[in-house]
Amino acid sequence: MIELLSQPWPWYLAGPLIGLMVPTLLLLDNRAFGISTSYQHVCAALIPGRSSYFAYDWKKTGRWNLGLALGTLVGGFVASVLLANPDPIAISSSTRADLAALGLSDFSGMVPGEIFSWSGLQSVPGLLMMIGGGFLVGFGARYAGGCTSGHAIFGLASAQLPSLIAVAGFFVGGLVATHLLLPLIF
Amino acid sequence: MPIQKLSEQSSGSLEKPAVETSVKELSWWAHVLVGVLFGIVVTKAEVISWFRIQEMFRFQSFHMYGVIGSAVVVGALALFIIRRMRSKTIFGQEISTPPKDLGTGIRVAVGGILFGLGWGLTGACPGPIYALIGNGVTVMIVVLISALAGTWAYGHLKPLIPH
Repeated sequence: MIELLSQPWPWYLAGPLIGLMVPTLLLLDNRAFGISTSYQHVCAALIPGRSSYFAYDWKKTGRWNLGLALGTLVGGFVASVLLANPDPIAISSSTRADLAALGLSDFSGMVPGEIFSWSGLQSVPGLLMMIGGGFLVGFGARYAGGCTSGHAIFGLASAQLPSLIAVAGFFVGGLVATHLLLPLIF
Repeated sequence: MPIQKLSEQSSGSLEKPAVETSVKELSWWAHVLVGVLFGIVVTKAEVISWFRIQEMFRFQSFHMYGVIGSAVVVGALALFIIRRMRSKTIFGQEISTPPKDLGTGIRVAVGGILFGLGWGLTGACPGPIYALIGNGVTVMIVVLISALAGTWAYGHLKPLIPH
């Protein structure tokens, strides 16, 4: 069983399980699936500054979402320890060729170790991708009012127009980053 | 008489919060558990992998589209059933789906593009950032701090930018 679960999970298993997050959180205590709000709660708790955006009772509003975020971190740990897949991620050969052309050679981990590592952080691509990219993820998610979970999963599942526009924006941004920015950065 | 009143009051006010607190506590742990399952699924489906995100933005695999697409379909079906049956939460509350704010459209369009740029560069959205830290990619803590800085900057710039 563990051996079977340690294999990469196919989309038709993982996708529906992620989709079930929507009813689970609603039936549990009427919560709309979304993760990026937890960043707002962390700011409200630690570094509210003078913004009214962070002036609220984060313990009352954000407790559940911070619990979900903590669980996601623990789940990552559990999966990597108990259900580790020893093989490199089986990405398509064309992606591998494209990334090799950019100069990447380490395909062994979940992320390219040359960039996403403490030593990679001392390189220009590492700095731009992690510090710059991270900043945009946080800023953009709150500006748009949601991220992949809140807009792409919950928002689209509940047929909301703002989410459709946001998800189209996610793709425009991702395509620009992949096809225009990455070749410049490397 | 005042003493009696005081004791009545205190016993009354002690009991109720105690019950409420334990329900709150229980529901918090339930959210942690749901998060654990989510963290396991996103790890095993490799959607937290920068490589998989690259594959998606290069249209070289169906995997990510299959994951997101089937998640939306299952989520929509479940919502349909919940609304049809007028289901309540396990604690008996009404269920509502909060509307997302469109604003003038600028916030979702521009915010979405900025988020997408970040998603393309880091290969990780907010949930996967947590899951990757759990996976032992400790440098993602830097991405998390940077994302918090972005959130903080948004909170302070909010009154100045168009929505």
